[in-house]
Amino acid sequence: MNFDEIKKNLTAQFSDLFLEFSSFRDNDRVIVPALSVLQILSFAKTILRFEMLIDLSAADYLHLQGSAHRYGIWYSLLNIENGKRLIVKTHLDDPDPRLPSVYDLWKGADWMEREVYDMFGVEFDGHPDLRRILLPDEFTAFPLRKDYPLRGMGERHNFQPLTRSEA
Amino acid sequence: MALDFLKDNFVVSKLDYLASWCRKYSLFPMPFATACCGIELMATGASKHDISRFGAEAFRFSPRQCDLMIVAGRVAMKMVPVMQRIWQQMPEPKWCISMGACASSGGVFDTYAVVQGIDRFIPVDIYVPGCPPRPEQLLQGIIDLQDKIANTGTIFALEFSKRNVHEGPKPLIQITAPEKSVQAPANFRSSTRTI
Repeated sequence: MNFDEIKKNLTAQFSDLFLEFSSFRDNDRVIVPALSVLQILSFAKTILRFEMLIDLSAADYLHLQGSAHRYGIWYSLLNIENGKRLIVKTHLDDPDPRLPSVYDLWKGADWMEREVYDMFGVEFDGHPDLRRILLPDEFTAFPLRKDYPLRGMGERHNFQPLTRSEA
Repeated sequence: MALDFLKDNFVVSKLDYLASWCRKYSLFPMPFATACCGIELMATGASKHDISRFGAEAFRFSPRQCDLMIVAGRVAMKMVPVMQRIWQQMPEPKWCISMGACASSGGVFDTYAVVQGIDRFIPVDIYVPGCPPRPEQLLQGIIDLQDKIANTGTIFALEFSKRNVHEGPKPLIQITAPEKSVQAPANFRSSTRTI
């Protein structure tokens, strides 16, 4: 199944949605609305047989010239039978970046969604255990957002120093 | 004299000197290795550079059996409570070597998560510069620490209890003021924005 057939399948199934297709080198991408991302991924998994979720990640497009939305979240899928790859991408905006969780489709999405939540603050509805994965629990900011300063808001210095006699 | 035969068989010394002499040649390092400096630390322990020439070859992975903490590598903010706990678990007398640029100053990692020098949070005796330091540099640091132990050590290790003020650089509570942080150019309540 090549990209044209995938295109044809997706547009036939989701004729009411505006799906944007693009290709660059061997990346075949489809940009979908955030509200229907779960249906499309479910269709891609069950009908188009993209059975493996390779990656789930995000970017913050704040300050980027010409970008209409703030967050981009993408899912890299792999069809194990024929080696075909597909990138499903969606966009989100403040103040409440929120997506349905794909944990029920791919168990491997568990930690990936937690990482996206940790770094960007995107919440995934239906995730069984959505909490921070890399940063400490008491961290309050989402550091990969572009409006977060590189050197942080003082979190790295927020510890009590030990004197020599205390230890 | 009747006791003339004993003349060459006595050494008169101080107990402080004796204790320091024992301690400086039997350092037990705690390898707190978090990054590439840890590889150089391992090389220092291996046969070519052979840290056992200086009596410090017995690396122990339990802080309760150590008296020298070698912090080798960058320390992330999530690691600071761990580092402080390990330091507190080590029995007195104990010393700390900050190995490499990252442990001493944060190095090139001037980001939100990396501590800008461990001496802001625990007391450090010897700083070893380098990125990462060669094993020879670490050995020089250990030799310098031995000198320090010999010059300042006492038998009951009471000299540490007087150091009850923070000796490192002041903690930087806030590097970036909130008004100086980057603000969003538009609100994102609508899904489109103008630049």
